[in-house]
Amino acid sequence: MYGNDFAPPEDAPGGGLLGEVEAAEAALREAAARARRGGAAPDEDVEAYFADVINADQKIEPRDWMPEAYRRTLIRQIAQHAHSEIIGMQPEGNWISRAPSLKRKAILLAKVQDEAGHGLYLYAAAETLGISRDELVELLLDGRQKYSSIFNYPTLTWADVGAIGWLVDGAAIVNQVPLCRCSYGPYARAMIRVCKEESFHQRQGYEILHTLAHGTPAQKAMAQDSVDRWWYPSLAMFGPPDGDSTHSAQSMAWKIKRFSNDELRQRFVDMCVGQAEVLGLTLPDPDLRWNDERQAYDYTQPDYAELMRVIKGDGPCNRERMAHRRKAHADGAWVREAAAAYAAKRAERKEPVAA
Amino acid sequence: MSRFDFTLAVGDDALIAAQRLGEWTSRAPEMEEDIALANIALDQLGAARLLLTYAGELEGAGRDEDDLAYLRDDREFRNCLLVELPNGDFGVTMAKLFFLAAYQVPLYSALAGCADERLAAVGAKARKESAYHLDHAALWVKRLGDGTEESHRRMQDAVDQVWPYVHELFAPDPAAPVDPSTLRADFDATVSAVLDEATLTRPETGWAPGGGRDGLHTEHLSYLLAEMQVLHRAHPGASW
Repeated sequence: MYGNDFAPPEDAPGGGLLGEVEAAEAALREAAARARRGGAAPDEDVEAYFADVINADQKIEPRDWMPEAYRRTLIRQIAQHAHSEIIGMQPEGNWISRAPSLKRKAILLAKVQDEAGHGLYLYAAAETLGISRDELVELLLDGRQKYSSIFNYPTLTWADVGAIGWLVDGAAIVNQVPLCRCSYGPYARAMIRVCKEESFHQRQGYEILHTLAHGTPAQKAMAQDSVDRWWYPSLAMFGPPDGDSTHSAQSMAWKIKRFSNDELRQRFVDMCVGQAEVLGLTLPDPDLRWNDERQAYDYTQPDYAELMRVIKGDGPCNRERMAHRRKAHADGAWVREAAAAYAAKRAERKEPVAA
Repeated sequence: MSRFDFTLAVGDDALIAAQRLGEWTSRAPEMEEDIALANIALDQLGAARLLLTYAGELEGAGRDEDDLAYLRDDREFRNCLLVELPNGDFGVTMAKLFFLAAYQVPLYSALAGCADERLAAVGAKARKESAYHLDHAALWVKRLGDGTEESHRRMQDAVDQVWPYVHELFAPDPAAPVDPSTLRADFDATVSAVLDEATLTRPETGWAPGGGRDGLHTEHLSYLLAEMQVLHRAHPGASW
């Protein structure tokens, strides 16, 4: 229960999105309550059954037949999400030792701990698709699976902890709220839990920036500098523009994805403009302006060439993030081996009693 | 030790332990352990905040938890040397945590029954948390001590390295709200049982470094504080 020991600013973000999460949770319960057969009948066409479930907005569960490509897409997406939580601990963890007050230190420790927890339950959701966590971790360490590119940017100042909360967690929530209605049950349920905690994180980040922006001139400059650096990478979190997105159409048909990259990016921009005004900080886009016709903000696209470079491994911190993860894994090997050996010895000692 | 010095010492132990444990974040041998270490760090930090806040009130000079944590130099810190030692490998960290928790459990239990209401409240809350820390660390000491050959060697090295620093914890102080020397028997019983089960031994050495309670620390503390305090000190008077 850390992080709620301050009065939230009156127009703190997260309220509307949290409402959507709750609506998704209610829809999930309704879907479960609607009469549903416990899988395809023995003589029924399993593909038709799968299509029925998707069309009826019901959930596919681990026991159900599913197309191999659906399974592979979900494994890739859920694993990438889990890896992102685990790698994402590094940039924020970077400021735990230097947090400027004991209260902020406690909130940040709890937040980074939450990310580890999200990683764990996302790996568990992926495991329901027939792959083990150890295999997924290997895929990450070998570089065969990716994590969100945003974590390849450095946290240079304390304000970056705030900007990650406000912008990065904010973008993550906009991305993830529709996933609460994803057609695969275990992922949808994991997302509901993750989104609720993420909205706390976003408020904490916003509150850090709010305090800085209303603090000393040096603090305000620190906050502005950090928003300047994190704005475009956050926009890039929604992925390439719709025309270039390789996985989108099929994922939409399967109801894994519900909105296009550009739709979500627009939603995020529209949400941030007002919040930035309240913060008293400037979003670094001179062309940002309300478009009455579209009823949305016009904005400058992020540099997608940069996004591609970072995805391919040439961001500022790709190498460090992976080296850090590999080192932690390698340094812990003797500990994991010891735990396994100890458990085996205990089991051996118990066996004669059981027999 | 006055009540202020005592409260400060117990609070500093918790604060510096939290700072060291926090260094493990994203580096633990397993994801579950990352979460567990962060939990323990949060418990220690929570206790530190209550104790430093109270110490500031006892002192009556208007210092709050952050003034005490961020604006004192190493010579003014009263924590034991044990908590400021570098983390080392996971075995060293578990040896440090195990000895610390085996001391904090009887300490907080005794505080829970002491005459000072504020300290009693902290003791009542923290002893439950410390009992979990002790369980957790003891389990790892056993796993590592009685795991593989390598883990046994590393865990024995860790115990040898850290053990001399425990004596400082029990220096007699009849004037303190709880006399630390009265906690030794409880500590020894806990430690013996766990080390025996872990097939580990205590080193035969009379070396008993101390000085932490008087502000005489190892070389490590000043670096730890430099990192912990750098941002706070760079912006005097700012709110965060």
